[in-house]
Amino acid sequence: MSTPLDEVVRHAGEWLRGVGPMHEIVISTRIRLARNVRGFPFLSRADADLRREIAETISTATRRAKELQDLVHIDVDQLDDLDRTLLVERHLISRQHAEGTGTRGVVFHPSEASAIMINEEDHLRIQVMRSGLQIDEAWEQINDIDDALEAHLDYAFDAQYGYLTACPTNVGTGIRVSVMLHLPALRLTNELEKVGQAAKDMKLAVRGLHGEGTEALGDFFQISNQITLGRGEEEIIDDFRSVVIPKIVEYETATREALKKNRPQALDDKIWRALGMLKSARLISSHEAMQYLSHIRMGLHVGRLATVDLQTLNELFLQIQPAHLQKLHGERLNGEQRSVERATFIRARLHTN
Amino acid sequence: MGLCERCKKAQATFHLTNIDRSGGKAERHLCDKCAAEEGLLQTPKAGVNLNEILENFIAGSKAGSSELSNLVCEECGISYVEFRNQGLLGCPNDYDVFHEQIARLLERTHDGAKHHVGKTPKSLGTAVRKTHQEIRRLKRQLDEAVVAEDYERAAELRDRIREVEKA
Repeated sequence: MSTPLDEVVRHAGEWLRGVGPMHEIVISTRIRLARNVRGFPFLSRADADLRREIAETISTATRRAKELQDLVHIDVDQLDDLDRTLLVERHLISRQHAEGTGTRGVVFHPSEASAIMINEEDHLRIQVMRSGLQIDEAWEQINDIDDALEAHLDYAFDAQYGYLTACPTNVGTGIRVSVMLHLPALRLTNELEKVGQAAKDMKLAVRGLHGEGTEALGDFFQISNQITLGRGEEEIIDDFRSVVIPKIVEYETATREALKKNRPQALDDKIWRALGMLKSARLISSHEAMQYLSHIRMGLHVGRLATVDLQTLNELFLQIQPAHLQKLHGERLNGEQRSVERATFIRARLHTN
Repeated sequence: MGLCERCKKAQATFHLTNIDRSGGKAERHLCDKCAAEEGLLQTPKAGVNLNEILENFIAGSKAGSSELSNLVCEECGISYVEFRNQGLLGCPNDYDVFHEQIARLLERTHDGAKHHVGKTPKSLGTAVRKTHQEIRRLKRQLDEAVVAEDYERAAELRDRIREVEKA
C-alpha cells in the first residue's frame, strides 16, 4: 500500500539540515500559533458534522490563499497508526493529534518547514520550523501564513483577550516559541539543573524532544514560552533571541571547551565509545541509539571526530525512530525485530560491517 | 514567665489584659487549664479539629461549586464544572460567560496580565467590528460594576455604551 508519506521517510525535513545560526547547539526553532474560526464551537463541543465542517472551512481557506500553494493535504483520521507516528517523529503533528479521534488533518509544505494542524486542540495550529536559531525568519514566515489564512477565515478574536483558544492558557497571542537544543556537555557535567532553573525564572518551560509530557532523549531539550497574554509576539521572541538562547549556548560552549581542555580523555572516551557501540551493536533501542548519536554529534562539533558526515547523522536521528525504521524496512516489525533492524541500519549508514 | 495566678502550679500561658470603662487595666495570667475552666479558652477536643476543618472545607467548596455549576453557556451548553474538569472551553462565548473565573485564572497563569498585547487580525480594522467588540467589553464592565454595586461607574458605562451604539 502506497501513501503520500512513503517518500518523505528517505530524507530529513529542511529544519534538520544542521545549518543556521548557532546550529551546533540549536537544532531548530519552531513557532506555532493557535487559532480558531469564529462561528464554530471549540472542538470539545463539536460533533462529527461540525468537525467535518470546520475542517472543510479551513481546508478551503488554505486552497484559496494564493500564498499557500502546493501544500500536501493529509487526512490524519484515514492514516494507519504507523503513518501517524511517522508524522509525529517528523514533528509535523503532535502526539495528541496522532492519538485523537474524528475528522482531523494536517496540511504541510513539501519542505516540511511549515504545517497547519486542523482540528487538534484548536481549529488551527499553524507551525513553522527552521534549522538553527532562525527565530525572526520563523516569525516572519508564520506571520505571513497567518495573514494569508486570515484573508479567507474569520478568526475568533476578542479585544481584551486576543485570539481566543480552547484552553485559556494559550489565549492572547496564541504563540508558542520552542527552541530545540542539544546540550550534551551540560548533561555530562550535571549542569542542566541550572539551565532548568534559569528557564523557570523567566517563565519558560523545558521539555523533551516531542514537547509536552515527553522526556529528554539523547540530550535534546526544548525550551518554550508559557505566557501568551499581556506580552506581544516580538517581545516574547526577543527573550529567546537576545537573552535565553544565547546564554544557554554560551554555557554549553564553555562547558565543551572546559571538557576539551581539562578532561580530553573523558570526552574522547564518550565520543569514541559511542561510535564503537553504533558500529558494533547487533540489537539497539532508539533510546540507546539516540544517546550515542548525541555524543557523536558533539564529537563532530568539538572537532574530536571527523569520520562521520553531519548530514548522515541528522538523517539517522530521524530514521532510527520506530515508524521511520518500519517504513524504510517496508514492513511492520515487533520490538526485537526493530532493535535488530535499527542496529543493522545504523551499521550500514556508518559504512561498516 | 510566671506561674498561673489561679492554681499557682502550672506555667501561665494565657495572658489577658482587660481595660474597663474608666480606663483602668486589669491583667490576668493563667495556665491553659485554668483559663479553660474560667471559660476564657476553648479546650481543644483532640482529633476533632482536623475533621471539622475538612468538613467545613468540603461543605464550602460544595456550596461554591453548586453556585458556579449554575453557570452554563447558552451557545455551547458547557457548564463551569465541565470546563474545570476538562480544562478546555466549549466555545469562544465562554470567555464572556465565565469571565470572572477566567480573569482570575489568566492572571495566575499569565503573570498578572489582563489584556492582549500584540497582533490583531487585519480584518478587525473595519469600524463595525471594533464597535461590536467595544460594546461587548463595556457591557462586561457594566455587569461587573453592578455586581460590585459601584453604581456611579455603572452609570458612566451605560452612557458610554449609548454613545458607542449611536456612533
